[in-house]
Amino acid sequence: MNKTSAGKTPAKYGKIVLNILITLAVYAVMMVVIQGGMLSRQMTSIIIPCCINVMLAVSLCLLVGYLGELTLGHAGFMSIGAYAGALLTNYLDMPPVAELLIGMLAGGIIASVFAVVIGLPVLRLKGDYLAIVTLGFGEIIRSVINSLEFTGGAKGLSGIGTYATYKNFTFVYIFVILTILLIANLVHSRHGRAITAVRDNYIAAEAIGIHVGRFKTMAFVISAFFAGLAGVIYAHNVGILKPANFDYNKSIEILVMVVLGGMGNIKGSIIAAIILTLLPEVLRSAADYRMLLYSIVLIAMMLFNNSRFKLAIVEKRNLKKAAEIQKEGE
Amino acid sequence: MKKWGKAVSFIMAASLVVASLTACSGSGETTADTTAAGETSAAAGTETFLIGGIGPLTGSAASYGISVEQGAWVAIDEINAAGGVKVGDTTYMLDMVFEDDEATEDKAIQAYNTVMDEGAQVIMGAVTSGACIAITPLTLQDGILQITPSGSAEACIANDNAFRICFSDPEQGRAMADYAIDSLGYTKIAVLYNNSDEYSTGLQTAFEEEVKAKGGEIVASESFGADDVDFNTQLSSIRSTDAEVIYVPAYYQAATYISNQAKEMGMEIPFIGSDGWDGVLGTVTDASTVEGAIFSSPFCASVDDERVQNFVKAYGEANDGAVPDQFAADAYDTVYTIKAAMEQAGSIESEDMIAAMTEITVNGLTGDAITFDASGAAEKDVRFVEIVDGAYQYREE
Repeated sequence: MNKTSAGKTPAKYGKIVLNILITLAVYAVMMVVIQGGMLSRQMTSIIIPCCINVMLAVSLCLLVGYLGELTLGHAGFMSIGAYAGALLTNYLDMPPVAELLIGMLAGGIIASVFAVVIGLPVLRLKGDYLAIVTLGFGEIIRSVINSLEFTGGAKGLSGIGTYATYKNFTFVYIFVILTILLIANLVHSRHGRAITAVRDNYIAAEAIGIHVGRFKTMAFVISAFFAGLAGVIYAHNVGILKPANFDYNKSIEILVMVVLGGMGNIKGSIIAAIILTLLPEVLRSAADYRMLLYSIVLIAMMLFNNSRFKLAIVEKRNLKKAAEIQKEGE
Repeated sequence: MKKWGKAVSFIMAASLVVASLTACSGSGETTADTTAAGETSAAAGTETFLIGGIGPLTGSAASYGISVEQGAWVAIDEINAAGGVKVGDTTYMLDMVFEDDEATEDKAIQAYNTVMDEGAQVIMGAVTSGACIAITPLTLQDGILQITPSGSAEACIANDNAFRICFSDPEQGRAMADYAIDSLGYTKIAVLYNNSDEYSTGLQTAFEEEVKAKGGEIVASESFGADDVDFNTQLSSIRSTDAEVIYVPAYYQAATYISNQAKEMGMEIPFIGSDGWDGVLGTVTDASTVEGAIFSSPFCASVDDERVQNFVKAYGEANDGAVPDQFAADAYDTVYTIKAAMEQAGSIESEDMIAAMTEITVNGLTGDAITFDASGAAEKDVRFVEIVDGAYQYREE
């Protein structure tokens, strides 16, 4: 990730090919187990939630990890997308996939429109202040949805077509890959460098001519767009939306995935999102102690992430890489 | 030294787990016993019929799910102790798996799929409305009989295979309105409800419509939010009207604050409430603040009725002296409904049991003769409880 050499070295091509292969391999394996009925029903029903959480975690990773701004309103954007998409597909009468596509586009766009409206004034704040304001924003969205008539209020919005179940895994998977691809590419692009520059030292960034406000808003809007997409998939996976599910706990759940994955590490976010979605299900056999074990595993993983043991592994790997690069140079 | 510190913290974390495991083992053992009992009788030439329960065991709604699970176990133990359920030549012993849905929709789907993986033959759940609605398309697809003990939203039983034990919110609101006007003789009524809660808003809407249809008058309709503790503004504005009675469709926590603050303000207007009021005597500091309050309730643990008291006793013995609430009673009735459906159908196939549901009459704790109509709703008398001398009492018609 830190390679600064211009042009594409063979090693970099190799990496791209490897990523494509991994993507295809994961898809092939998933399709085989789904079509072959090799998974239990419990595990099949967890596939799409995993995909949704990956999208949410990766999009939040852009904000928290790369822009370096702590936001606690991600569930708010997710709910805007979910409600917008669901209301639209309820209204439309088309083939499911077409409805879903339109719904997702609308959900994402409306979520990003809200992000612009909220982002412009709010992003003047930094650190803790921003966290509190976005937390407030998420709660406001929830209260507004709660009191509106056409969203179903506290009763929730039901009767949403369940188009995005594991049967439509291909569709959802494409969007997951798109999310990861777009955000990973953005982060490694010129704009992405600007975003990380803002994180590292915004005075220096401003001094070299980076428009801090613009890049902050851009990251905010893109992140909200993908949260909106994830929301639409959620709505069409579950079939009913309730405002109570999009409270700050949901935002924090997503944040935990990002933090656990290592701030500013997309791969980490993906892995953490999958683990944290699977964990409560895998622990079902522990019955009453499920949530207790879940928390303990979280703590243990956090301790491991910051332990000298892990640092040693990372250091070793980095040294090896450096040696390889040096060899190539020779 | 740092390494040692880490080791110590791991050991402490581990001992915490062990401590909490032993602390909780009380309730765990009863479950283990019942399963063991089911298995031994299964070995004696009978078969096991597995109920799949779904409800919140963790999270803010956990108390409802736990009540349902415990109430259902009381009924299952009773039925198994009495020799199980006879269907044709086979005797079935009941058993149950109960999965946590955290009262959320996505987790409910996973919980449903988990109980299906474990071989559930009938679904008891989900406990909360949203979670219940989320699993209805799946149960319909599987063609399995689904009975929710407490999912009160109308959409919970939209499908033909879904039934419910409790009243729906609109039914309860209408019943209270009828009772307030016809039996209690009130005409000018104020309403104070929680507008962030579907239970409260569902009751309030139906109540107000029915009162207007009956020729009564809603003189004030005031709302409050979740977790509110100060109701002086709403009560003041109600006081300025000529309301004869205040309808508070809310849970007992809110009812406690409301009745107390009304008394402090010197208001003499009586209260009527919904089944969420059950438990209010446990939280008021001065029972006189709720004296004379009347609320609709399908079940009340402290009334003087032999069957209710037997249930309360069995429930308390199994759960360290806990007192069952309405959810536990609903679950108890759900299990007996399943038993009745099995016997009536003469089969354990969901298709036959669904057909039998409209033919059965269940003598339950929440109603003397519960029957089900084709829509899936339970038909039973609405009961009203009055607080007299600081104790609950069923009101005679």
